[in-house]
Amino acid sequence: MTASHDIVVVGGGGAGLRAAIAVAETNPQLDVAVVSKVYPMRSHTVSAEGGAAGVIAPDDSLDEHAYDTVSGGDWLCDQDAVEAFVVEAQRELLQLEHWGCPWSRQPDGRIAVRAFGGMKKMRTWFAADKTGFHMLHTLFQTSLKYGSVTRYDEWFVTRLLVGDGRVQGVVALDLRSGRIEAVTAKAVILCTGGCGRVFPFTTNANIKNGDGMALALRAGAPLKDMEFVQYHPTGLPFTGILMTEAARAEGGWLVNKDGYRYLQDYDLGTPEPKPVLRSMELGPRDRVSQAFVHEVEKGRTVDTPYGPVVHLDLRHLGADLIDAKLPFVRELCLKYENIDPVHEMIPVRPVVHYAMGGVHTDTNGATSLDGLYAAGEVACVSINGANRLGSNSLPELLVFGARAGRAAAEYASAAPEPDRVVPTQADDERRRLEHELFERPDGGEALADLRQEMHATMEQAAGIYRNADDLGKAASTLAEIRERLGSAVVEDHSRTFNTERTAVLELSFMLDVAESIVACALRREESRGAHQRTDFPARDDERFLAHSLVHREADETSRVEYLPVTITRWPPGERVYGR
Amino acid sequence: MTDRITLQVERYRPEQETEPTWQSYEVPLREDWSVLDGLNYVKDHLDGTLSYRWSCRMGICGSCGMTVDGDPTLTCAELLTDHSPGPVQVGPLRNFPVIRDLVVDIDDFMHKLVRVKPWIVREDDDQPVSEGEYLQTPAQMDEYQQYSMCINCMICYAACPVYGLDEQFVGPAAIALAQRYNLDSRDQGARDRLDVLIHPDGVWGCTFVGECTRACPKDVDPAGAIQRYKLTAATESLRSFLLPRGAR
Repeated sequence: MTASHDIVVVGGGGAGLRAAIAVAETNPQLDVAVVSKVYPMRSHTVSAEGGAAGVIAPDDSLDEHAYDTVSGGDWLCDQDAVEAFVVEAQRELLQLEHWGCPWSRQPDGRIAVRAFGGMKKMRTWFAADKTGFHMLHTLFQTSLKYGSVTRYDEWFVTRLLVGDGRVQGVVALDLRSGRIEAVTAKAVILCTGGCGRVFPFTTNANIKNGDGMALALRAGAPLKDMEFVQYHPTGLPFTGILMTEAARAEGGWLVNKDGYRYLQDYDLGTPEPKPVLRSMELGPRDRVSQAFVHEVEKGRTVDTPYGPVVHLDLRHLGADLIDAKLPFVRELCLKYENIDPVHEMIPVRPVVHYAMGGVHTDTNGATSLDGLYAAGEVACVSINGANRLGSNSLPELLVFGARAGRAAAEYASAAPEPDRVVPTQADDERRRLEHELFERPDGGEALADLRQEMHATMEQAAGIYRNADDLGKAASTLAEIRERLGSAVVEDHSRTFNTERTAVLELSFMLDVAESIVACALRREESRGAHQRTDFPARDDERFLAHSLVHREADETSRVEYLPVTITRWPPGERVYGR
Repeated sequence: MTDRITLQVERYRPEQETEPTWQSYEVPLREDWSVLDGLNYVKDHLDGTLSYRWSCRMGICGSCGMTVDGDPTLTCAELLTDHSPGPVQVGPLRNFPVIRDLVVDIDDFMHKLVRVKPWIVREDDDQPVSEGEYLQTPAQMDEYQQYSMCINCMICYAACPVYGLDEQFVGPAAIALAQRYNLDSRDQGARDRLDVLIHPDGVWGCTFVGECTRACPKDVDPAGAIQRYKLTAATESLRSFLLPRGAR
C-alpha cells in the first residue's frame, strides 16, 4: 500500500500537532497526515512541567524577553529568530488559552505568571506544574475537530523519500501489522522531539531517540549546534525524573551536604530568603549544573548508590504553596522517591534534559532540503543558542510549529505531485529493512549491551565538561559500536508489534546523533554555554561566534562546517547573573 | 546477593499461538524498582521478544497501564517490593482486545473520544486572540479542572464492569472529558455533546459501581462526572421532550 497526502507531519507532540492545525487552518483543502510512533497524547511534551514564557505582565517587555534569551544562550542565538519568537510566543499562548488550555489564573481571572531561571521578569505561564501535559492534551483534543487531519498512530518512520532534490514523503513501519509502507507527500514536517536517550541519565522519555535528526541527516540535511546538550540541574537520582525549575522559582533552595546554598560561590549572586530574578537558584541551567560538578570536586555533595547528589529544599514553602503550585513535584517525590518534600529535602543531581541543537532550519522551519521542514526540539532555528532558558521550549514548539505548518502549506500548494523515483526508493527501503531486521545471523551481541556502551561513552566524553582526548576516543568507540550493531542479535522474528525491531532502528538513529554531538564538540575549541571544554575554558568569539553545521558523508563520517550567527541588536557581552 | 522476584507474564503472540500463555521470569528485587523496571530487565537481559508499551516512566504519558496481580495500574508507578515475595502476575489491561503480549488495542476509545467533541465549542464568534484571554477565575477553573487531569491511560475502562460487558458504553474517561468541556466557562458546546451522553450507551449505561474512580491513578473521579451529568441529562431530556429543538 502507498498512502498519499499533501503534507506529512512526523511526530504528534506539541510541535507536530500545532503544525498540523496550522496546515488545516491555512488551507483546509490540504490533506495532512500525522505519522507518530506513539499515540499523540503519549508524546514527550506531556512531561514538561514548569511553564511557557510569553510577555504579558504590564511591567514586562518583548526586548527584555529577547535579551534574557540571547544572554542566556551565550550569544549563540540568531537574534532575528529570537525577535520573531518573543512577539509570537504571547500570541500562541493566548491561542492555546482560546482552545481551552487550563492556564493557572490570578484571582480576577487573568493569566498568572511565575518566575523562571534566567528570566529578569515574571513571564512564565503555567498550568500548575503539569504545563506540558495540559498543552499537549489541549492541542490533541483540538486537533480532533479538523477533518483534514488524518492520523497514523504507532507508525515508525524509517526513512525520508527524496527525489529530484526534494523530500516527497516517508517510509514507515506500521507497528501493529509489521508492514512497511510508503506515505507520499509534497512536504514533510519533522516534529519528533529531542534525543536525550543517547545519554544514560536523562529526563527524556524512552521514545526520545533523535529519530528526526537522524532521518534529516541521512536525507542530506545538516544538523546545527549539536554539541549543546542541556543538563537540567535537578533530576531525581536513579529515575532521572525532572524536579521542575518552578520548584526553585517558587522559592526552593539548592543546598550541599552542609546545608549551604552553594551557588553563592559561583558568581550567581548572594542568598536571599525569597527568590531573586536572574540570581542564585534562578540562574541559567548551564551555570547551575556546572556548579554542581565543582561541589563534587570539593567533596561537598552527598554520596548515594546512584552517585553524588545535592538537596533541593522546599520545606520552608509549606504544604499549601506546594500543593497549589507544585502538586506534581510532591506526587512524583512520594511515588518515585518515597519522600515528602513538605517535610524532607529532595536529593537531586544534574540530568540530561534538552538538545539545543537539531535540524538546521530558517525562521519558517524550512531545512536546507526542499520540501522538508522541522520544528520543536528536533529543530535548531536557533533561539536557544548555547543554553536554552527554562520555559522557552514550550512557546518555541508552538511558534515554530505554527510557522512550519504555514510555510509547508504554502510550499505544498504549489509543489508538483510526488514523482516516479518514489516507489522505487520505497521498495529499496523495504528490502533494506527486511535484510537488516530479519536476515541477521544468530549469536550476535545483545542490543542492550551496545546501547549501554553508547551511554557510557557519551556520559564519559560528552557530559558537562569535555576535552579533546576523551571526545576523540568517543568518536572511534561510537564508530565501532555502529559496526557491531550490524550483527547484534534480534530474537524476535515476528511482525506484530515487534518492539525489538524498532529498538534496533532507534539505536541506529541514536548512534548518528551521538556521533554528531561528539564531532561538533570536538571541533568547537572554546567554552560557551552548555559546551564546556576543560582544554579551552574561555569563550572565543573570534573563532566560534558561529553555528556548527554537521553533515553526514557517504562513508558515514561527519563533516563539520560553520555558519555565522545573526546579530541584530545585542552585541556579544558578558553574561551577568546575581549582580 | 541481590534478592529476586518472579514475574509471571501473560504472553500472546498471534503469529504462533491462539490462546494466551504464561511465562515466568526471575528479576532482581530492588527497593526502588517498579514493575516496569522489572519488565525492562526482562526485555534487556532475558527475553527480547516480550512486547509492551512504555515511555515517560513518570506517570503522565499513560502508556504503561497493565494488570498487576489482578488490578489495572500504571506499571511505572507500581513498586515491585509492594508485591514481594511474589510471584507478581502481569497481564494486559482487561476489557480490551490484545494485540500482542501486554499491548492492547485502544482504537475503540480513540473513536469514542472524538464523538464527545473534546474541544472548546463557541456558539458566539470566538473573541479574536489579539483581544486577549477569556477571563476565568480560579473558582471557575475548579469546576472542571479535576476532569482535565485525565491522561487517557485506559485504566478506568479496564476497571469498569459495564464496559467489560458492553463495549458500546461510552465509558468513564470519555464522559469525564466531555464534562471537562461542558463545565469550562469558555465552552458553549454542551448541547452538541448531549446526544452522545444521553444515549442509552452514554451516562445511563453506568450503574455507578465506582470502580473507575477507585482505579484512576490521577484522581479524576469519572464516576462523579457521570453522576453529575445524569442530573443534567434528566433535565435536558425533559426539556427536549417538552420543547421543540429550536426553542431549546
